Amino acid sequence: MNDHIREAHGLEVDEGQLPAEDWFERSETLQKLRRNKKFPTIWCSGCGIGVVMGALIRAIDHLGLKNDDVALVAGIGCSARMPIYMDYNTLHTTHGRALAFATGLKIARPDMKVIAIMGDGDALAIGGNHFIHAARRNMGITAIVINNSIYGMTGGQYSPTTPLNSRATTAPYGNIEPPFPICDLAVAAGASYVARSTVYHALELDKFISEAISKDGFSMVEAVSYCHTTYGRINKLGTAADMMRALKDTSISQTAYGNLSPEEKTNNTKIVRGNFVNIDRPQYTNSYSSLITRIQGGEQ
Amino acid sequence: MSIKLMQGNDAIGWGAIAAGCRFYAGYPITPSTEVAEILSRELPKVGGKFIQMEDEIASMAAIIGASVGGLKSMTATSGPGFSLMQENIGYAAMTEIPCVIVDVQRLGPSTGQPTAASQGDVMQARWGTHGDHPIIALSPTSVRQAFDLTVKAFELSEKYRTPVILLTDEIIGHMREPVDLPDFKTIQLPEYRLTKKDGEYIPYRNEPGDVPPLANFGVGYRYHITALFHDQQGFSTQRVDEIDPWLERFNSKLDKHLDDILMLEEDRMPGAQLAILSYGASARTSRHAMKLARARGQKVDLMTLLTIWPFPEAQVEALGERVDRIIVPEMNLGQLAYEVERMVGRKKVKRVTRANGEMVTPQMVLDALEG
Repeated sequence: MNDHIREAHGLEVDEGQLPAEDWFERSETLQKLRRNKKFPTIWCSGCGIGVVMGALIRAIDHLGLKNDDVALVAGIGCSARMPIYMDYNTLHTTHGRALAFATGLKIARPDMKVIAIMGDGDALAIGGNHFIHAARRNMGITAIVINNSIYGMTGGQYSPTTPLNSRATTAPYGNIEPPFPICDLAVAAGASYVARSTVYHALELDKFISEAISKDGFSMVEAVSYCHTTYGRINKLGTAADMMRALKDTSISQTAYGNLSPEEKTNNTKIVRGNFVNIDRPQYTNSYSSLITRIQGGEQ
Repeated sequence: MSIKLMQGNDAIGWGAIAAGCRFYAGYPITPSTEVAEILSRELPKVGGKFIQMEDEIASMAAIIGASVGGLKSMTATSGPGFSLMQENIGYAAMTEIPCVIVDVQRLGPSTGQPTAASQGDVMQARWGTHGDHPIIALSPTSVRQAFDLTVKAFELSEKYRTPVILLTDEIIGHMREPVDLPDFKTIQLPEYRLTKKDGEYIPYRNEPGDVPPLANFGVGYRYHITALFHDQQGFSTQRVDEIDPWLERFNSKLDKHLDDILMLEEDRMPGAQLAILSYGASARTSRHAMKLARARGQKVDLMTLLTIWPFPEAQVEALGERVDRIIVPEMNLGQLAYEVERMVGRKKVKRVTRANGEMVTPQMVLDALEG
């Protein structure tokens, strides 16, 4: 790993867990973008979503997957625009429904790697029901939830992950609703793989997304990001660089968290980054294939 | 096959199997649930897949996803579920992804009367999702026709890349009739899709032809599908010069093939000045009323629409030129009658409506013929 990369990312995780240097160096990121699409992206300068896009491309690249075998399914929102720029089979669907579309696609093509890209409002408000049921079924889909705590595309309304007391255009006196803990929700609903990092920790995202895609069952990676254009402005949190830097200061690795005293854990307000669940249980399309084999074998 | 006693919902399930449907996603709702039950049992036997989703929104999304993945796909529902599906029916129309939606109409509005029949979703089938869009809706009048029109629904859906709604009702769905289904091996639908990579692919090209073929995901054409207005490559666009040619093709693709899409049955009588025009369960009432009327000496034509949408404008217009009055019996407050009136004028149309869960009776039609 180049020193400047390590330094730039303020890496705190174990060296052994990080991608090898040559992975980063030989990443064919540019080749995996759609050159015939009009760049630049729709995202505001300084947005964190592009970091997640880079991480996703590097993860797919690292796993040696063929582009033809990868499908990206997205809903509606800033995050959901991501597949447009990437050279895979890409399906841009309706708001909140990415996982439901992905479910049908995965059942039709169990051999494909189906990846759903959603924002926090997309995945947890309008799509909350699909989110928990995809996890419960252990459908072989990787869900990437880019959590910027706000509805960015519509201009900064409060979302299911907007922190308590923060302001939004529809919470002018401060948000009185407590936020959803996305990873806890995925764990409780039965996901096989659950991890969280931030767009500041790009290489850690590479690693988690790579592990998630490798997982046979339902996997979910929460990529904590920010929206300096709406949330940041309303809450006076500074520039994109300020908000990016804050992710370093307001997050803590799972290892460091584990070393805290019980009292410190109770009082911890930092975002814990890490892999919280990695288990094996029957993946839906495998179970259905077994069912077909049984029934075609003559079972009544 | 041998003669079997079955209900319309069973026949729809068998029609789907015969047409090559290999994916079903749905959510239980009266009076359509038997379609899901039979397909949960039969699909795995032929290597197909069934899933019960968390709601109708997800069911509709899942069949579109599976269709993109290469499987002929279907869902079945009724009024409230049909309302929930409208969002993604619009998606399927806009992105031109084939799928079949069965709506076994029950009495509404809202929760209404789940076990009572209705034809109250005629306009929802046409305009339920927002924005202008092409759509096909077929309406069977018997159990055997429920089978045949299900097969036809898949054919039209694949051929014209559009969602097709099988707009049936609780009476046809739950009515049992003896039927002799054809040998499924004799039913071979053509392959309209690109199932392997062969040359360049422009997913939404506007010419030649009205319907560019759909390439299944994973065959080597890595392209983009979005329900935003899109250019010929499938990428979103706000350029009017790209939108207009697409709009023109999209909204006229069915109109150019009405000969293939429109199905109706006519029972004409020389010199008839009266006609009954109906569809679905009410067509059964109408046929009975026609026989009674003719028996007492009235000259009456009968027109039964099997294709409701697109509406057979020319055929109804011609009927209006032949006869003085058209009786339109239906189990709603006159939804299809709007269309008939649009073609022949209000003065020529006599509505016979009933929206309380009971069928229109032959006597009601006879009274209208007298009046």
